[in-house]
Amino acid sequence: MADIRNTFVGIKSPNPFWLASAPPTDKAYNVERAFKAGWGGVVWKTLGEEGPPVVNVNGPRYGAIWGADRRLLGLNNIELITDRDLQTNLREMKQVKMNWPDRALVASIMVPCEEESWKAILPLVEETGADGIELNFGCPHGMSERGMGSAVGQVPEYIEMVVRWCKQYTRMPVITKLTPNITDIRKPARAAKAGGTDAVSLINTINSITGVDLDSFAPQPTIDGKGSHGGYCGPAVKPIAMNMVAEIARDPETHGLPISGIGGITTWRDAAEFMALGAGNVQVCTAAMTYGFKIVQEMIAGLENWMEEKGHASLSDIIGRATPNVTDWQYLNLNYVAKAHIDQDACIKCGRCHIACEDTSHQAITSMVDGLRHFEVIDAECVGCNLCVNVCPVEGCITMEPLAAGSIDQRTGKPVSPIYANWTTHPNNPMAKVAAE
Amino acid sequence: MATGHFIEGIAGGRLSAEQYADNFSDLHPPLDHHEALVEADRCYFCYDAPCMNACPTSIDIPMFIRQIATGNPLGSAKTIFDQNILGGMCARVCPTETLCEEVCVREVAEGKPVQIGRLQRYATDVAMDENKQFYKRAEPTGKTVAVVGAGPSGLAAAHRLARHGHDVTILEARPKAGGLNEYGIAAYKSVDDFAQAEVDYVTSIGGIDIQNGKALGRDFQLSDLIRNYDAVFLGLGLGGINALSADGEDADGVANAVEFIAELRQASDLGSLPVGRRVVVIGGGMTAIDAAVQSKLLGAEEVTICYRRGQEHMNASGFEQDLAAANGVTIRHWLQPKRVIAENGKVSAIELEYTAINGDKLAGTGERLTLAADQVFKAIGQSFAPAVLNGSVASIELEGGRIKVDAEGRTSLTKVWAGGDCIFGGDDLTVSAVAQGRDAAESIHRALTSNGRA
Repeated sequence: MADIRNTFVGIKSPNPFWLASAPPTDKAYNVERAFKAGWGGVVWKTLGEEGPPVVNVNGPRYGAIWGADRRLLGLNNIELITDRDLQTNLREMKQVKMNWPDRALVASIMVPCEEESWKAILPLVEETGADGIELNFGCPHGMSERGMGSAVGQVPEYIEMVVRWCKQYTRMPVITKLTPNITDIRKPARAAKAGGTDAVSLINTINSITGVDLDSFAPQPTIDGKGSHGGYCGPAVKPIAMNMVAEIARDPETHGLPISGIGGITTWRDAAEFMALGAGNVQVCTAAMTYGFKIVQEMIAGLENWMEEKGHASLSDIIGRATPNVTDWQYLNLNYVAKAHIDQDACIKCGRCHIACEDTSHQAITSMVDGLRHFEVIDAECVGCNLCVNVCPVEGCITMEPLAAGSIDQRTGKPVSPIYANWTTHPNNPMAKVAAE
Repeated sequence: MATGHFIEGIAGGRLSAEQYADNFSDLHPPLDHHEALVEADRCYFCYDAPCMNACPTSIDIPMFIRQIATGNPLGSAKTIFDQNILGGMCARVCPTETLCEEVCVREVAEGKPVQIGRLQRYATDVAMDENKQFYKRAEPTGKTVAVVGAGPSGLAAAHRLARHGHDVTILEARPKAGGLNEYGIAAYKSVDDFAQAEVDYVTSIGGIDIQNGKALGRDFQLSDLIRNYDAVFLGLGLGGINALSADGEDADGVANAVEFIAELRQASDLGSLPVGRRVVVIGGGMTAIDAAVQSKLLGAEEVTICYRRGQEHMNASGFEQDLAAANGVTIRHWLQPKRVIAENGKVSAIELEYTAINGDKLAGTGERLTLAADQVFKAIGQSFAPAVLNGSVASIELEGGRIKVDAEGRTSLTKVWAGGDCIFGGDDLTVSAVAQGRDAAESIHRALTSNGRA
């Protein structure tokens, strides 16, 4: 069997599946259940300063969007950091770590941007035996209004400053959790690295309103007629998260910095994709909150099975394998030509490819041939855009077939060149590095 | 003393009240809200959708399903009613498995079509439960139209004519409106007096006066209508029952399936409705299935359908045949009735002859079979009874024994249109009757106005 044991910034866990800092990791009761179910590690729900804990709203904390059959696609929340006493959390963390020495237990922390605050809490956390800390610079709601969470994550200088304090006052590995509510994710990652962080984790949740009640005209979730933006997560954010992971993984300034991937991971396949893009492990929340902790068993078995099938012996064989293939648009091969092809045996004749292409694209798919309902690609019109593939309800029915070098592209009438050529040298590019002849 | 199924002869009270209620409950219970959303999500919103092309009334099916999916069931109902004002009944009785659902791309792909009929029922139920009226009458035109027959085609025509501002009088021979929706459908396909609720819903638009107990040829003549109204629409249905051409068919216990079905629909106490212990139904269409299944549900011990051709020739859809089989009805093929055997004037058995196709003709093989029976239902088709039309005016042109109409529903007589089962070229479907009534109404409207302009 493939070996899926994970070591992330020195923290060992039997598998790369951690529960993210969130409601599922707020208490010993939940975390014990998670470990029993098989989770490799947890990032304990974010701890705040000693003293009266924060309070949460007493109405809805979550909003959601759904797909077919009310399948949850995106979740948002306005819950704050733990609303339990710091000492209670520390005591429980210590006990759980003692009970589960082979699992990773990381403490998420959010205290004000003052050196004394960080200096005060770090030894308390260290005393629990926690394997590491995660700096919560990500939560976009509530705490950010108090100068914490994403309010820190949006200012690279603050990130660097706080990370530096943490590295100074604790021996524990430091994972810096980043907010996606920023234009260029590389900037905070570089700042965290400059401060000496051992790793970054991302993404935290995205500013969002999940819906509007059209009777009361209030945003959802609604608290006594009002709503506040929440943090969006779940399957819907996965593409955004993966791009941000890849951006950091391929940035020369942060390349090699360990990344804990977070954002809509629901299945083993999602996890494998994050890891291929450069994540050293993954953190999960929404999927567990939707289906319960048991899903980790599917993730473990699925990942092992896939690795076994593909001959990947350990996680290091897959981590970062896709990173070199993420590039800038300007380096894509413009001489690569693909055409859609419809498998007539698989086609169920719904016509969605036709109407998508006809109304919104390139008029490259028939609807009628010789008086019969028939959907077929017109190579002379097809630009290979892939829209038909994406709207087709039958998986594998429409495929993009690359044209062999030397064959004629019916659309341009020209032979397909075997030579790689990109925009940087294209004659239409006014800034082309090599001028057109 | 034999009880229940085993009481000899034709008897009522074979089952308990609970059993009757259970047996005649809704064949396809309505989808609840969540079920409707899940089912609606299965629709691919096909381009030039095959389902829509298969619908005789051309309902924009992908659109009405999308409206259900997006939480707009009233908009969905309007999409349906725009094309088919009897969309509620059609949702219940359409043989969807041979129409929209047969060509659904999901049927083609996975053998499990989107349940279009049940979704249509969901949307139309919402609108009818709220008594949401989508249409207002146009300014009165002062024109009057007589509609003969308050069946599906007559009601559809009347509604469309009333919408256009014409005043409509429906003359109906039976005590209730609805035609076959009221009298000709198996009870479990339309429960809770839905046919009458639909008549009320359709006529709420106003300008439609239904006069019951008025039969053409008995209480009034076609010439009266032509003289007194600006236009006439004939939605007469089929008045005649085909004979068995078997000896002894006037014996006690031989009955018409359509009458049995009508009686059952009108019965207030199913226990009072007698049915044989051993029932034989002669025929191969929907009526045969309805009569056979309902005989079984009333408590008959043994019900056999005998059809003179093969399974593949039956007019009853595959779904209907399966329904019969699931209810314990035996369907036998290649048998034609020869002689009803009676004892003391009452049916005791039926003698049948095996058939085979000889060249291109069906013929008896000479081999005989006798089935014990205390009740025999004739369900070998209905025919148009043209006598009611004759005498008062120049006779109307017929084709194939039914009224000949053009593409707009015009008969050979000026001012007279026709639709539904009484016209030639139809397919004896409720939904087609609706389409014909609707289209004839549009044609009448064009004729009564200057091409649609008042």
